[in-house]
Amino acid sequence: MNEWRIHPLGVLRALLRPIDPWLLLILVALLGYSWVLMMSASPERVATQRVHFAVALLAMWAVALVPPKRLLAGAVPLYLAGVVLLVGVLVFGESSKGAQRWLSLGFARIQPSELMKIALPLMLAWYFQQREGMLQAADFIVAGILLAIPLGLIVVQPDLGTSLLVAAAGAYVLFFAGLSWKLIVPVALVSIAGMAAIVGFGDILCESGFDWHVLREYQKQRVCTLLDPTQDPLGKGFHIIQSTIAIGSGGLFGKGWMAGTQTHLAFIPERHTDFIFSVLAEEFGMVGAMVLLAAYALLLLRGFMIAARAPTLGSRLLAGAVTMIIFTYAFVNMGMVSGILPVVGVPLPFLSYGGTALVTLCIGIGMLMSIERSRQAAKE
Amino acid sequence: MNQYRSPAEDLAGFRNRIIVAVLFVFLCLGLLGARFYLLQVARHDYFHARAEGNRIAVLPVVPQRGVIYDRNGRLLARNYSAFTLEINPSRVRDPERTIDDLAAIVTIEDRDRKRFRRLLKESKYFESVPVRTHLSDEEVARIVARSYRLPGVEVRARLFRDYPMGPSAAHVIGYIGRINERDLARIEERGESANYRGSDYIGKSGLELSYETELHGTTGVEQVEINAGGRAVRLLSSIPAQSGSDLELTLDIELQQAAEAALGGRRGAVVAIEPASGGILALASTPSFDPNLFVDGISVADWRALSDSPDHPMLNRAIYSAYPPGSTYKPFMALAGLESGKRTLDQRFSNQGVFSYAGLRFPDRKSNCQHNVDLHRSLVHSCNTYYYQLAVDLGIEAIAGFMRPFGFGSRTGVDIPGEASGVLPSPDWKRARFSRREQQQWYGGETVSVGIGQGYNAYTPLQLANALAAMLNGGAVFRPHVVRHVVDTTHGTRRVIEPHPVSYLPLREQHVMAVRNAMVDVARIGTAARVFADAPYHVGGKTGTAQVFSLRGQKYEEGKVSERLRDHSWFIGFAPADDPKIAIAVLVENGGFGSQSAAPVARVVMDRYLLGKPVESEAGEIDEDLAAELEQ
Repeated sequence: MNEWRIHPLGVLRALLRPIDPWLLLILVALLGYSWVLMMSASPERVATQRVHFAVALLAMWAVALVPPKRLLAGAVPLYLAGVVLLVGVLVFGESSKGAQRWLSLGFARIQPSELMKIALPLMLAWYFQQREGMLQAADFIVAGILLAIPLGLIVVQPDLGTSLLVAAAGAYVLFFAGLSWKLIVPVALVSIAGMAAIVGFGDILCESGFDWHVLREYQKQRVCTLLDPTQDPLGKGFHIIQSTIAIGSGGLFGKGWMAGTQTHLAFIPERHTDFIFSVLAEEFGMVGAMVLLAAYALLLLRGFMIAARAPTLGSRLLAGAVTMIIFTYAFVNMGMVSGILPVVGVPLPFLSYGGTALVTLCIGIGMLMSIERSRQAAKE
Repeated sequence: MNQYRSPAEDLAGFRNRIIVAVLFVFLCLGLLGARFYLLQVARHDYFHARAEGNRIAVLPVVPQRGVIYDRNGRLLARNYSAFTLEINPSRVRDPERTIDDLAAIVTIEDRDRKRFRRLLKESKYFESVPVRTHLSDEEVARIVARSYRLPGVEVRARLFRDYPMGPSAAHVIGYIGRINERDLARIEERGESANYRGSDYIGKSGLELSYETELHGTTGVEQVEINAGGRAVRLLSSIPAQSGSDLELTLDIELQQAAEAALGGRRGAVVAIEPASGGILALASTPSFDPNLFVDGISVADWRALSDSPDHPMLNRAIYSAYPPGSTYKPFMALAGLESGKRTLDQRFSNQGVFSYAGLRFPDRKSNCQHNVDLHRSLVHSCNTYYYQLAVDLGIEAIAGFMRPFGFGSRTGVDIPGEASGVLPSPDWKRARFSRREQQQWYGGETVSVGIGQGYNAYTPLQLANALAAMLNGGAVFRPHVVRHVVDTTHGTRRVIEPHPVSYLPLREQHVMAVRNAMVDVARIGTAARVFADAPYHVGGKTGTAQVFSLRGQKYEEGKVSERLRDHSWFIGFAPADDPKIAIAVLVENGGFGSQSAAPVARVVMDRYLLGKPVESEAGEIDEDLAAELEQ
């Protein structure tokens, strides 16, 4: 009758079983890095950020405890709720900085587009899971529609940065599901050609009277600022100029913790959120930046490994997409801060101050853990 | 796309895609790594310099301008600090709108806006431009409380210049004003650009201009760490500014005010010199102006009032207005006669009622000038005919040659800018002055009128006073000066200005004494006797009248000539007679005879200087009013 006795240690073991030690190790290392940087960039926020850490880790653990099948089962209601909220934003939403992104629920303001970053890949993974073994070209059209609905709703808010990230999240699922190269290659070529055109004819395109039609004025500004930050050194270009100065002046080994002049003399804007990487690169130099890149690389490799070994199509697609989303956040943020991508409001995963993005990302890590646990469970 | 693939095929296809994704991810991370290498290693030096440039600003520390005292230590120009409201145009998009916003908080008048616009045009570097000066404490508080909403708006404590004596001695002290483009060009020419970094003001006239270098001081440097908002947060190193030197004048402001009061509302000038040193005791020119109006840019209305006035208050008559000296020239002519040997003391002339020259008749109907006129009598009674003859006997070349070393016809070199050289007539001068052949010719008749100080003769009151001082010195010519000491407050050193004569004229003492004695009798029994009748000291002097308008064949009658065409009244004099402490020249424009207007002014100044008699003057009251205003 021993089996029926609930052993306290056994309960703990069961609860901890889904935790992947590799992911946890890297995650804790990244959060530790964030803590150290926050003490320099914005010491008054360290306490709040600690609370964010705790909440995010709890969310991760909670998600890790849920088996992938149950996660995917939640996809449809989550997705539908997300779409309804996005429509709600358009109808009742609150404006801030020229865009309607927030929805007030009375007790809290939420940003439904943030929810979509998880709900959309989950929904697509669920759909493909249903079609496992009988995928047809038509399935990709259905998936494309599932992707287009929330994307369109976010684009009209307008929020270009988030819609690009949501689009990427959906596109990753399609890519891993086996979308034909015949479709991927032309789209990639058109994008590259478009970027080349902007860089090549930036002077003409960025003239003040020139209407781009596709992009709004503030979006055009961001691209133009990237092309020539010196055009507007006290306005939008200031962010990029000052953050590249911070990174460049950090040198190989950095100026030392708490000793970054760009950071501490307030030359770096939003140094605790989107521009925290400039603080890192200034104070810890290229060595510090490489350590961060290595940590991300390990995290991503672990994610891809989990995806490659996942037992079901849905969990595979989900794991691959979550990993790529983390990568996209990291790449876009560091690319922006170092001046090779336009200024888009994307936080640096696990390092930037702020709860929402951290919780979202940790839910993603939790999903990876859940999928890895399901593989081990299947083996047992 | 294959339909109905086996799960194994699906998995293989998926793993291929994963490999593609991993390659893509590492390509992107590699791209980032390369970017970091470029910024942090390859171009590190550049960015390091940029970061340092961001961080460190070299700020000028403006030195305190030297102050100016009179000979008794009374302040004539001083500094005080007051709050100004300034806008930094490089950090404000639309200054006019910012001013509109500010106008809701503090009073900003139309005048302030106009001045701001003008200063904005003239402003140098990326300096902040004042909108309002002399903010009250309450106004400062109101602005500072809202400063977070007013980027580019600053409240600063600045040093201001103040001239407590107001219009008194304004022509001597001058004034400072904001540095404009012309000043900038001059500063650059002198190679002093670095020393004027951060300076807003520069001397524009008077001593403020001529002693600009001494008064300004040496600008210091502060290296400070600044933040992105441009605010200094930490001092890294500094070289302190060295205050400008103070000026200690030979001028006695009370004497100056006495002279100005004695001139009253008339146009005129007084120059009083201490013969033994060449130091100027008073240098008055009326009407005057208030130099305080100029410090922060004079308003259009004030400027128009000054420049349109027919009395030309900005004109320094003491050093710039040159008029024929009239009979005040006679003592110098007499000395020329004695020194040249053309006249002796006991030579007497009779039948002097008319002097004829080349068919022209020059009359002198004064009864004292008819018979037995010697040199002494010719001076005491100002006999023209004696000097007509003397001028002809000397010849124009000899007259010019004798007068030139006294400083007639050339700038005295006084340390106030804007001096006129006057005219010492000679054939050479006439050739150079005129272009037409018949005008270039020197006529003998012209020599005759030169002999009595009329004709082409034109000298400034300063030239006359300084020439008189040179004669009283027995020939020692000083360069007249207003500044006695330049006091370097940083090093505690004093530089003495012009303590030694610049030249000695070889005059014989008995000749000088003869002329001096005759001048004493002018004040005792001669043309100025009435004015000095009750003076408790002995005075030497000479009256003079400069013709403004020559009346052909008509008798000059004062009442019938309009005021502006009346003769100018001159007086030169010295006291005490046996040991002159003060040599004085007085000019009253359109004042008529010398004894009428100019001599009484000299009497007041001499009384004040020798007796210390307090003079009841308006200037004193004005002074008190100003002082009361400053207290508020």
